[in-house]
Amino acid sequence: MSDRPRTSDLLGRLLGPADPELTCDECFEQLDRYVELELDGRDADATVPGMRAHLEGCPACREDRDSLAALLGSERPPG
Amino acid sequence: MYEASRTARGRATDAESLAWLDALRGSGRRHDDAVAALHALLLRAARFEVARRGGGRSGELADLANQAADDALMAVLRKLHTYRGDSRFTTWAYKFALLEAAVKVRRRAWQGREVPLEADGWARLADTSASPARDAESSELIGAVCAGIAEALTPHQRTVLLALTVNDVPIDVLAERLGTTRGALYKTLHDARRKLRARLAEDGLALDSATQGGSA
Repeated sequence: MSDRPRTSDLLGRLLGPADPELTCDECFEQLDRYVELELDGRDADATVPGMRAHLEGCPACREDRDSLAALLGSERPPG
Repeated sequence: MYEASRTARGRATDAESLAWLDALRGSGRRHDDAVAALHALLLRAARFEVARRGGGRSGELADLANQAADDALMAVLRKLHTYRGDSRFTTWAYKFALLEAAVKVRRRAWQGREVPLEADGWARLADTSASPARDAESSELIGAVCAGIAEALTPHQRTVLLALTVNDVPIDVLAERLGTTRGALYKTLHDARRKLRARLAEDGLALDSATQGGSA
């Protein structure tokens, strides 16, 4: 069995995103806007350039994004 | 009644958000009631986050959520002037509570635990590169990455890169141990990654296919 996924994951973590990315402070500043756009089905990545790359490279900010999306999602009516 | 106002980005600030702002900027009973309501909102978010991450005694987790809500309340009131209406006020406020709760939970999980040393990171990298199932291309790349880390990075960049990406130390925990901030550490990580990528590119190695599917 190949361990390519494990290698790929490790290299991904070491090398990070190739695209330009926001800093952690900029990410936090834009997080509420970004998540609302995502939940509204709008193009959040085009509106907040550099956010997607930062979320790929920063697990802590990615967790913050996931938590905010989950919290807002839990308050929205189903459907 | 509040009329919707428009932000610099063209989004109309909703009436509920304007009401929050007005009450929090006001004085007297109305202000006090708004602060109490805001604290309740932040506590709900902090409890949500603590429950999501779990792993602890319920009394201890309740304390963490309370501390997170208290700290978030201070942060929101201190930064109220920076709210630009790009999202609902409650969404903007929630992120402070979630951040405070997440940081506290991560730090609690590492309390009394030593941060792995750089040597542990090298050992884990060596373990990955020694796998018998590795193909030649991956072996070459891992070897080049190890050489790049050893030769192209400063000692501080090496420490931060290995701790965060190989030893899985949470960035808030490492920031606390090193007496710095999450933002400063991520800048170090970003610079280290950029140097490493440049070094591998100089060596003529294809990075995109190797890291496809991997996340940091």
